[in-house]
Amino acid sequence: MSTTTPTTQQNPTYSEAFQSGVREEMKLNPNIFILGTDLVERGGHFAQVKGIAQEFGVDRVKDSPISEAAMVAAGLGSAMYGCHPIIDLNFIDFSLGAMDEIINQAAKIRFMFNRPVPLVIRATSGVALGGAHHCNSLESLFAHTAGLSVAVPSRAYDVKGLIKTALRSPDPVIFLMHKKLSGVRGEIGDENTFIPFGSAHRVKSGKDAAIISYGYTIVSAQKAAQTLAEQGIDVEIIDLRTLYPLDTDTINATVQKFGRVVVADEAPMFGSITAEIAATASEVNFRHLKGPIVRVGAARAPLSANPQMSEAAIPSANDLVEAVKKVMSY
Amino acid sequence: MTTDSKWGKETLRQMLLIRNFEETADKLTLRGKVPGGMHNSSGQEAVAVGVMSALDPKDVIATTHRSHHHTIAKGMPVNIVMAELFTKATGCSGGRGASMHLADVENGHFGGNGIVGAGVGIAMGAALGIKQMGHKKVAVGFVGDGGVNTGRTWEAVNMAVIYKLPLIIIVDNNQYAVETFVERVTGGNDIAKRGAGFGLPSFTIDGQDVEEVHKHTSEARNRALAGEGPTFINALTYRYYGHNVGEKGQYRTQEEIADWRSHRDPIDRFSAKLISEGALTQADYEAMINSVAKEIEEAVDFAEKSPLPDVSTILDGVDSGLLGARK
Ligand SMILES: Cc1ncc(C[n+]2csc(CCOP(=O)(O)OP(=O)(O)O)c2C)c(N)n1
Ligand SMILES: [Mg+2]
Repeated sequence: MSTTTPTTQQNPTYSEAFQSGVREEMKLNPNIFILGTDLVERGGHFAQVKGIAQEFGVDRVKDSPISEAAMVAAGLGSAMYGCHPIIDLNFIDFSLGAMDEIINQAAKIRFMFNRPVPLVIRATSGVALGGAHHCNSLESLFAHTAGLSVAVPSRAYDVKGLIKTALRSPDPVIFLMHKKLSGVRGEIGDENTFIPFGSAHRVKSGKDAAIISYGYTIVSAQKAAQTLAEQGIDVEIIDLRTLYPLDTDTINATVQKFGRVVVADEAPMFGSITAEIAATASEVNFRHLKGPIVRVGAARAPLSANPQMSEAAIPSANDLVEAVKKVMSY
Repeated sequence: MTTDSKWGKETLRQMLLIRNFEETADKLTLRGKVPGGMHNSSGQEAVAVGVMSALDPKDVIATTHRSHHHTIAKGMPVNIVMAELFTKATGCSGGRGASMHLADVENGHFGGNGIVGAGVGIAMGAALGIKQMGHKKVAVGFVGDGGVNTGRTWEAVNMAVIYKLPLIIIVDNNQYAVETFVERVTGGNDIAKRGAGFGLPSFTIDGQDVEEVHKHTSEARNRALAGEGPTFINALTYRYYGHNVGEKGQYRTQEEIADWRSHRDPIDRFSAKLISEGALTQADYEAMINSVAKEIEEAVDFAEKSPLPDVSTILDGVDSGLLGARK
């Protein structure tokens, strides 16, 4: 980024995009409130709600004790009662202390009691520095759970558009924002820009093969696409944006168009979203495939704090280049 | 009460060692040497050293994300701690854990933790193990003032009470959880009373007075060994630096920090006492400060020169493989 760009003309960051979407919806819906640790003064650990308490007051931005189970329970009960809470769990790793409230309770209320649960659980996710307890990729666990929707935006525009949609949704949403994207700037939509869940975004069109992914891996895929372009391979990149609902139409169309597909993320591959996509896409599109779908993901191991070990465990741009070359070899 | 000179000097030396370690590691973190950063415990030395000096080396501890002081007081050599902060192969967790995951299970250190509130439960389980196996040991679980708002902490306390486990719960109460002042998030505003509600001896003590911490821990340990069950200790202390290195929030005043540093510093207090009692001379004290500084310098040197872990080992040790490894 050029240092001469005047700050006034800078696009908002990924975190600011969240603020923007939340502010707009809070103005319209007095029943939206945010509850989490260190929100009021600090604005959240990633500045995701900075300034909102000052604008809307501490009744609508509540600092919480470190009590994840009670935090999600507070969100769940108040959502059943008619509020539209955003429970900010800070890191998604801390949802593990509230798993019953999420998976046994929030996810199942509508099915059992026919009541809406308009609840957003926001958390920062993804692999970065931080080691074993701060880098769990749990998205497949949530997507696996009937009753939950899962958003995994990779850019500011999608953060805003998806959180606005989530804040009008009558169902519980797990809203995952990647650590390494917090400060990345980008355009955002206006107050009427809503991104539907289950709609993938074509980041880049291509002629030869496709990478289907989400979150920070989209950044790696863009780097890989550049390298591949230099070698004469034109790769398409699809950003899923939500993992449930999953945009199976786009996935199927992509598989049918290229027959050469790489599915990638940074979660352990065993039992992952990439497995789900590869399996269902193969079932539906077997005769369109020129060869097996190639998956790229993380090792089935906890993440280490040592940066080199952590990096080695998750896909690099180069791993994606190699995977695309493999599907090109069919 | 006058202090035993030998014990006093060793206790003071340990507090100085921790202080120097933390201030050195803080600077190294700002220079990018500590991947993922760290939580500085400066100001809280008396809690760690007071507790650990009352334990047997074979006793078990389980602690929190802020655990350098507990770990050094427990006896882990500072070069091994420093190497782990640097995520080097020679660190106690081979560089897999860094600052938050210091451990030496063999020697009764059941680990720092990335998850707030996890330590008390693990220590409670260790205490159960001690009891089941008929050993004469205790386990100590550390938790912060923020951590006492996790339900898991109290589930563990309750279990320790009903099974009469040899457990000591220490609240390393530095009064802030990140930027949140304890009173803002603690219903009833009396953590020791919460403990008492579970039916175990429960105290709030001056965590800046290393002898008071030692005395309460010793008594708790004696009760535990006599089969009388757990004790809950809320030790009031203060952290001088931000929650994590680099954090400079506006949530507390500089005057407040200066007041704690100048009036209640655990090292100043204890060294002044030892000197006034004649247990320590000013010259001894200065020599001690210098020798500690040298020890930390050597630890940094060791960490710097140590090799990085081998990245080809990332899949090693996920499980024992005895149930059959995946091909
Ligand atoms: C379950 C869980 N929730 C939230 C966090 C994030 N977090 C890390 S440290 C911390 C504050 C802890 O405060 P306290 O228990 O007082 O310990 P201190 O940092 O003061 O030593 C928070 C909220 C976490 N690591 N784990
Ligand atoms: Mg605290």
